[in-house]
Amino acid sequence: MLDIPMVAADKVDDNGINTLRYMPGRCINCGRCSEVCPHGVFRQGEKRAVLSQPERCMECGACQLNCPTGAVQVESGVGCAAAMIKAALTGSKEVTCGPDCCGR
Amino acid sequence: MGEGIATATSELTSRDRWDHVQARLGYRRMQHLVAPGLYRLGSPSRSSPVFVSANYTLSFDALRTSLRGIDAFILVLDTKGVNVWCAAGKGTFGTEELVAKVRSTGLAEQVDHRRLMLPQLGAPGVAAHVVKKETGFTVEYGPVRAADIPEYLRRGEATAEMRRVAFPLRDRAVLVPVEVIQSLRYLLPAMILLYIAGGAGAMMMAVAAVLGGTVLFPLLLPFLPTKDFTSKGLVLGAVLALPFAYLHAGSGASLWTAASFAAAIILLIAPVVGYFGLNFTGCSTYTSRTGVKKEIFRWVPIMVAMLVVGGALMATTLMIETGWL
Repeated sequence: MLDIPMVAADKVDDNGINTLRYMPGRCINCGRCSEVCPHGVFRQGEKRAVLSQPERCMECGACQLNCPTGAVQVESGVGCAAAMIKAALTGSKEVTCGPDCCGR
Repeated sequence: MGEGIATATSELTSRDRWDHVQARLGYRRMQHLVAPGLYRLGSPSRSSPVFVSANYTLSFDALRTSLRGIDAFILVLDTKGVNVWCAAGKGTFGTEELVAKVRSTGLAEQVDHRRLMLPQLGAPGVAAHVVKKETGFTVEYGPVRAADIPEYLRRGEATAEMRRVAFPLRDRAVLVPVEVIQSLRYLLPAMILLYIAGGAGAMMMAVAAVLGGTVLFPLLLPFLPTKDFTSKGLVLGAVLALPFAYLHAGSGASLWTAASFAAAIILLIAPVVGYFGLNFTGCSTYTSRTGVKKEIFRWVPIMVAMLVVGGALMATTLMIETGWL
């Protein structure tokens, strides 16, 4: 046996900074989360992905969408004050980048 | 099946470059379009790689110029003229559109392999395992930046550096023209009003505040103290207000009115720059929705209060100086 501690299937790694939640018990170590994350929040471990820098998560949602076993959850959305304020002022539910927003 | 295959090159024409300038200036910003569909770059064979891109000229052109000397297919998704990352966030650079384009272009009949290379920043819109199930094609996320693709292909894998999004000076600087141009619709009326109300000095305060928020803020972002964007803007705004306070103090004001004018001008300029800072969060490459929401609730009430107090203080100071009070 490898010297890797077992993880309960229902274990949830929360953090108080953002909405990223990782359930290592469901991870099959496919490596997708560490492949897609632009901020190195996950890295590949020996038996399962390691949530190494949760505080750097920008909630883009790439890891959740590409996780085939639902081991990652995040309330994804744009970290854009202009979009949120505009949505609040116009009563729009959709908070997203618009044609008259920033230069990206 | 098969919409016909177009041809692309790795060269930029003067027309392409002019289009890029217009895009960077925000001119007709939703009109920098590439026709969606399948493209041949060079002379691809049945084993050549397939790269997926967005139908925004800056995205497509970054990819094709980075692939100089590489024979490949490029599959352009219809993202409504939006770049890869933003379109992925909206879902237009997404699983459904990718599956539809793989089918409608008859890609499976053009190549023997079953691999698609997507830009890493397309991942917020694409579920790789669903694409595999629906089309048989395996999604491979290439590097964040198209310029790293040749090196990525040589290595056969991405370095940690290739997978990270940074926000270097160059990336911040290219956003400045759009920021300035979009601010003009507020700045020009404000300049006229302030010129009428208070002369050239008052007008220059508006110029300093807006250019501080749209030019200096993006350029100085990592060097400004404090952590969140709004407080960085407040600090920058307070610094920009100081010369005006100094000039006013030198124009024969009493110690008390000079001090209250200085306080008023800081309270007025700092929140304007702070608000530009707050709104720059979406242009950055690392802010989260949770973090920005906290920032809005924390700073917007404070900035409103600063403007109210600053306005009242300024009015009182000017009335005392002109003998009205």
